[in-house]
Amino acid sequence: MITFDDVSKSYPNGHQALSHVSLHVDAGEMIFVTGHSGAGKSTLLRLVGLIERSTQGQVIVGGQNLGKLSPRRVPYYRRRVGITFQDHRLLTDRTVFDNVALPLVIAGYSHRETGRRVRAALDHVGLLGKERHLPESLSGGEQQRVGIARAVVNRPAVLLADEPTGNLDPELSREVMRLFERFQQVGVTVLIASHHLDLIRQMGKRILSLQSGRLATDSGQPLP
Amino acid sequence: MTRRARPARARAPARGLLEHFSAWLTRHAQVAVSSLGQLTRTPGATSMTTLLIGIALALPASLHVSVESVRAVMAAWDRSTQVSVFLKTEVDDRKAAALGEAVSRWPEVDAVHVLTRAEALAEYRTFSGMGELVDSLDANPLPAVLLVQPHPGPTPGSGSPGTPGAPGALVDRLAALPEADGAQFDLEWVRRLQAIAGLGERTATVLAGALGLAVLLVIANTTRMTIQGRRDEIEISKLFGATDAFVRRPFLYTGLWYGVLGGIAAWLCLGAVGLALGGPVARLAALYGSDFRLQGMGAGVGAALVLGGGLLGLLGAWLAVSRYLRAVKP
Repeated sequence: MITFDDVSKSYPNGHQALSHVSLHVDAGEMIFVTGHSGAGKSTLLRLVGLIERSTQGQVIVGGQNLGKLSPRRVPYYRRRVGITFQDHRLLTDRTVFDNVALPLVIAGYSHRETGRRVRAALDHVGLLGKERHLPESLSGGEQQRVGIARAVVNRPAVLLADEPTGNLDPELSREVMRLFERFQQVGVTVLIASHHLDLIRQMGKRILSLQSGRLATDSGQPLP
Repeated sequence: MTRRARPARARAPARGLLEHFSAWLTRHAQVAVSSLGQLTRTPGATSMTTLLIGIALALPASLHVSVESVRAVMAAWDRSTQVSVFLKTEVDDRKAAALGEAVSRWPEVDAVHVLTRAEALAEYRTFSGMGELVDSLDANPLPAVLLVQPHPGPTPGSGSPGTPGAPGALVDRLAALPEADGAQFDLEWVRRLQAIAGLGERTATVLAGALGLAVLLVIANTTRMTIQGRRDEIEISKLFGATDAFVRRPFLYTGLWYGVLGGIAAWLCLGAVGLALGGPVARLAALYGSDFRLQGMGAGVGAALVLGGGLLGLLGAWLAVSRYLRAVKP
């Protein structure tokens, strides 16, 4: 599903975020990416989400070489990837419903279809009763779940989560992780960047660990 | 990528062209309405911007309207201008009357009024303010005058300023009369007025260009500020696959609304100016024996203002959004 072939990413200011990373993720796999802050976890996710492009090597997602994707096709690629952020990035002046509906509005779904899918997604994350609330009236955990509902509402093949448990207490964190696991169980490829080592070890999934932009360990397979 | 569900594409063949079009239309209508709604939520800022645009559009439009009005008057004056034929002093009143009678039968002449030497002197005494000087004269120095009204044919001068065709020929013919000392078709002042009107027209064009640019910049800047306020929304939308067109659409509609509302405001400004000036202008016109009214407050000018404003709004918003989108390209 996701293949990195000797991928490096450096920024114009000279910072080397990733260097020579090669890895493969099967469809329907759930993987944790861990490492200290600045190790390149977010960058790895951003390359898969095509928020940024690699400066070297190839990133292939679903058979699509992202380096060869024209800027005009980028929006259509992004509609097939769900993404959640540590700071949630919800629109504070829109209701929970409108926030979750955003990807469907962008994709041009009908009003009725949008309503149906948004309610289904909110039901999945256990927030069906909070449609009309504004994000600010929700707790951190609830806001994170709104973000997750928004990420999965368009039924993406790949789900990316950047520090989804960043500010949550252990109990809520486990809940959120179990939520991601449920999406994996229905076939979604899930990639989670997290520094909560204890928590992700409990999950029993494959763990990639990054160190200064290099792939240090991969619990799933021996490093090349 | 093996997608678990491809709703849009999977249903594409089933969705007819008509349905596709109607969905597109619905999206546009939604954005159009919601961007208008957004404007009404900030009535203060919206009305100030709208008024600014309205005044900027109204200025050149009002100048244009004034010039058009003056042109219309001049066309009427051209037709009503008379030729003064100054007869030689030895031509007495009887001969002058006979000559007037003869000239009035010319096909290009509408009417002739004969001003006898005595009448000319009386008029001069009344209007020159030099009555005493006139009284001190031994003899009447003034000639008899034929005031010849040309036939109101096709309006000379309205199409080609300052070059009256037929009246010019008439002046030549009248001047060639053996009894005539000279004939004067006093067009100089009309020509000058036409030159001034031409200058006014040019000024209106230059002003329209400059203020059109101002409107463009106002809308571009307003759009830029709106974009600043909605940065998050744009960024998040782009992360979830919004195309540039999707991001651009609401701003284009906002720009369009600003322009259209500004055009309407400009039209109302013109209407208000028309109402304020209508009475005095009509009175002034009546003094000149004209039924002149201010021209161009009609639907044509209104439509041009609204259309022009709308186009400027679209263009201004387009410039601002495109600039922003180029800056945030991944």
